[in-house]
Amino acid sequence: MTIKQLSIFLENKTGRINEVTKILGQHGINMHAFSMAETTDFGILRLIVSEVDKAVEVLREANFAVMLTDVVWITCPNVAGSLSHILDHLAEQHIFIEYMYAFAEGDQANVIIRPNDIDHCIQVLKKCDCNIHNSL
Amino acid sequence: MGPGVSYECEVQDGSHINEDHFYPEIIHPDTLVQLPHGQQGELVFTTLTKEGMPLLRYRTKDLCTLYDGQCACGRTSVRMGRIIGRSDDMLIIRGINVFPSQVESVILEMPEFEPQYMLVVDRVNNLDTLQVQVEVRRDFFGDDIGRMLNMKKTLADKLKSVLSISADVKLMEPGSIERSQGKGKHVIDKRKLV
Ligand SMILES: [Zn+2]
Repeated sequence: MTIKQLSIFLENKTGRINEVTKILGQHGINMHAFSMAETTDFGILRLIVSEVDKAVEVLREANFAVMLTDVVWITCPNVAGSLSHILDHLAEQHIFIEYMYAFAEGDQANVIIRPNDIDHCIQVLKKCDCNIHNSL
Repeated sequence: MGPGVSYECEVQDGSHINEDHFYPEIIHPDTLVQLPHGQQGELVFTTLTKEGMPLLRYRTKDLCTLYDGQCACGRTSVRMGRIIGRSDDMLIIRGINVFPSQVESVILEMPEFEPQYMLVVDRVNNLDTLQVQVEVRRDFFGDDIGRMLNMKKTLADKLKSVLSISADVKLMEPGSIERSQGKGKHVIDKRKLV
């Protein structure tokens, strides 16, 4: 019950993200969500895209260092306190979240979670008020 | 054909110099001042027996150390140690001699990096800075930023122990460092441009 996220290594250099988005656009690959983790000299761009295998292929062709990471994608009601409630459950079960990012869509909120223990995390989420997605 | 400059004995503790025919000296490659035996510098020769075309204080550009004293084999001639680099390649950073070859040997030991690197030397607030740019191998790139930072720190620590000065490591994308044709393309010394 996980989905594949693209992780792309980027030097902190002007225009580098544009190149990623341009390549994906040229190949008709849509980006659903992304987040950027950065340090002073490099960053990791994390992407959820429509066609994972194709995206990896075209980005590698363009010399990008790309890898796939398993993440959990959930949707929960887009109301105050709903994510907090889910995170409480995860914390109670000592699940550590390495990173997460979210985007709201009408009355639904989408959350991408990268936990330390993915199977355990899914077990706990199943008991929460949220939907876990198998695919995009 | 005359005699060779030096030869190795069975002990292999440096190379014995044919002092009857060659007079060796070590000089500082920048100041050209003669250095005492035991100190590292550029090897300079003067031929003693060559006629017609003698060499006077010929600069070899090789950096090494000369050793006095009796060798375990019994010979007492001056010995030269291993050549550790070329004076042309030597950088002086914060008063310390740094060779691109030293950085290269550290990078070649670590499978995380491509055998590509660039040294960027600069001067900021009157202090020399050294940045070492390395390419992360595709297989070693990871989604975990902590692990990537560890990789960077491991290299920085190794460089510090080899170079005796600290260098700022910059992780680069694979294929992003210009492939050098000749030697000496591993260094950008911005101090010379000022
Ligand atoms: Zn000997």
